[in-house]
Amino acid sequence: MTRYILRRLAYSAVSLFLLSLTIFLFVRITGDPTTLLVEPGASQADIDAVRQRLGLDRSIWVQYASFMASLAQGDFGQSFYYRTPVFELYLSRLPNSLLLALAAMVFSLLIGIPSGILAAVRVGRFWDRAGKVFALLGLSLPSFWVGLVLILFFSVYLQWLPSSGSGTALHLIMPAFALGWYFAAAHMRLTRSSMLEVLGSEYIKLARLKGLPESLVITKHAFKNALIPVLTLAGINLVIMVNVAVVVETVFAWPGIGRLLYEGITFRDFPVVQAVVLLGGVMIVAVNLLIDILYAVIDPRIRLER
Amino acid sequence: MSTQTGAIGLPSRFDLLRTEGFPLLPVLIIGGIAFVAVFADVLAPHDPEVGNLGARFRPPVWQAGGSHEYLLGTDHLGRDVLSRLIFGARVSMVVGFTAVIFAGVVGTVLGIVSGYLGGWIDQVIMRITDTWLALPALTFAIFLTAIVGPSMWNIVIILGLVYWTRYARVIRGEVLSLKEREFVKLAIVAGCSKRTIMARHILPNVINSAIVLGTLMLGVVIVTEAALSFLGVGVPPPMPAWGLMLADGKKGLMVGYWWLTVLPGVCIMLMVLSANIIGDWLRVKLDPQLRQL
Repeated sequence: MTRYILRRLAYSAVSLFLLSLTIFLFVRITGDPTTLLVEPGASQADIDAVRQRLGLDRSIWVQYASFMASLAQGDFGQSFYYRTPVFELYLSRLPNSLLLALAAMVFSLLIGIPSGILAAVRVGRFWDRAGKVFALLGLSLPSFWVGLVLILFFSVYLQWLPSSGSGTALHLIMPAFALGWYFAAAHMRLTRSSMLEVLGSEYIKLARLKGLPESLVITKHAFKNALIPVLTLAGINLVIMVNVAVVVETVFAWPGIGRLLYEGITFRDFPVVQAVVLLGGVMIVAVNLLIDILYAVIDPRIRLER
Repeated sequence: MSTQTGAIGLPSRFDLLRTEGFPLLPVLIIGGIAFVAVFADVLAPHDPEVGNLGARFRPPVWQAGGSHEYLLGTDHLGRDVLSRLIFGARVSMVVGFTAVIFAGVVGTVLGIVSGYLGGWIDQVIMRITDTWLALPALTFAIFLTAIVGPSMWNIVIILGLVYWTRYARVIRGEVLSLKEREFVKLAIVAGCSKRTIMARHILPNVINSAIVLGTLMLGVVIVTEAALSFLGVGVPPPMPAWGLMLADGKKGLMVGYWWLTVLPGVCIMLMVLSANIIGDWLRVKLDPQLRQL
């Protein structure tokens, strides 16, 4: 077990190293990084100062070392637009992103789990086929377009919901729907396949042979076991939601990390863009590590692998 | 399955979403979009980039205030929406297909090399693949466009760089099992070089999977392009891209100019949906092993 965890930790460390190297090299190989890291319209003296600070005259590995050293201290640079440290900015937006992701997750599970169970119980029949169409639509409709159509319908025509901003629960409904839509489809498909697997198992056959009513077999025996992979995926997806919400947050002017990224691009605020990408990657590597370890705790077979 | 279609009260030939039969409608849609993209210059009634400022925000022809001159209305600069949709098809097609092919070639080659050669090469390629897969695709693409600046061909390269990892993963997995097979061992005994084995014996056996993946990726790539354009880091204006049209459509959204938002979105949806259905069908048809994907 310890060996397994150590191996996973090492993999994650390698991932983080490659992640930082990717980001670092892409900024450097595409030309003069000062054009990205200096404010638009800066004077020659400012440019020289940044050059000096980045050590662009030194070797690339020295530059990388100093880049990593500042990251390790939580120094992601200064935002050109907000004139505050990027990391502080990021942390101040994180709660909003988490709130939106949580709401979207609740929505996607409320839709995905019941419809997935229905599809599995009625496999090959109407609900299963309807679910398939729903999943296909969920995977094919871009979330920002869903958002725009929602605004058109609920804000412009019906005037029920505010079209943008944050603050009340009403502000949360449409962005959560637009963001959760895609994930609802994914959760539905997984619930379905997971249910089907469990329903084919020996203990379900036994429960049926005992003469338990079908409703009890499904709710009590099958559902609980089928839920484990779904909830694991939901855990990963929560983190992914935080990091893919950029379009939805832009559509609804939701003040989260995605919106920060959008502001980063529009104001040519490169340190912000770089920090959002890096921290997003770090978050996902961390969650993957957590899931790997969790799986090993639950299922001893995994520990012995490789 | 056909015996059960009665459950929704429709004969099976109307069941256009079933995966068992040939997906006629999706193929017609993609074919239609491709046709429109090729003959955009002939088909478009107006210049897609030049507007008539005297005719801004005209609704489609069937609504009050619409005219036959602008069948699907005009945008905030008085540009013809129909013409922009037609030329937008060209952008989506060109970006979608070239990016998918670019990512597919890079990913397939690296997947084969990684899987067949193994060792440290495999380690290096797979660690990079894992790391890049961990980056959310859209965020990664935004980061890259922030560095190189937006242009149509930059977007193609960026999408290729972001998505090759998906191919590499799957292809490598297949190569790992292929290289244990008899015909590969015989080729080694016959004295074929590693390069020959990879190109002549392994590649033909993974090409089906690459095609299936490519079809499924087409939808993903088109949505990503639209999202990038929507955010202002994709295809630069005034080029008529569907994502860009959606961004422009926001200017008329709050006053209810629905056609600027709904129509480009419907185009994206039709194309992505069709690509996904065709991909699903191909997957079942060409490669039974990929069914559980």
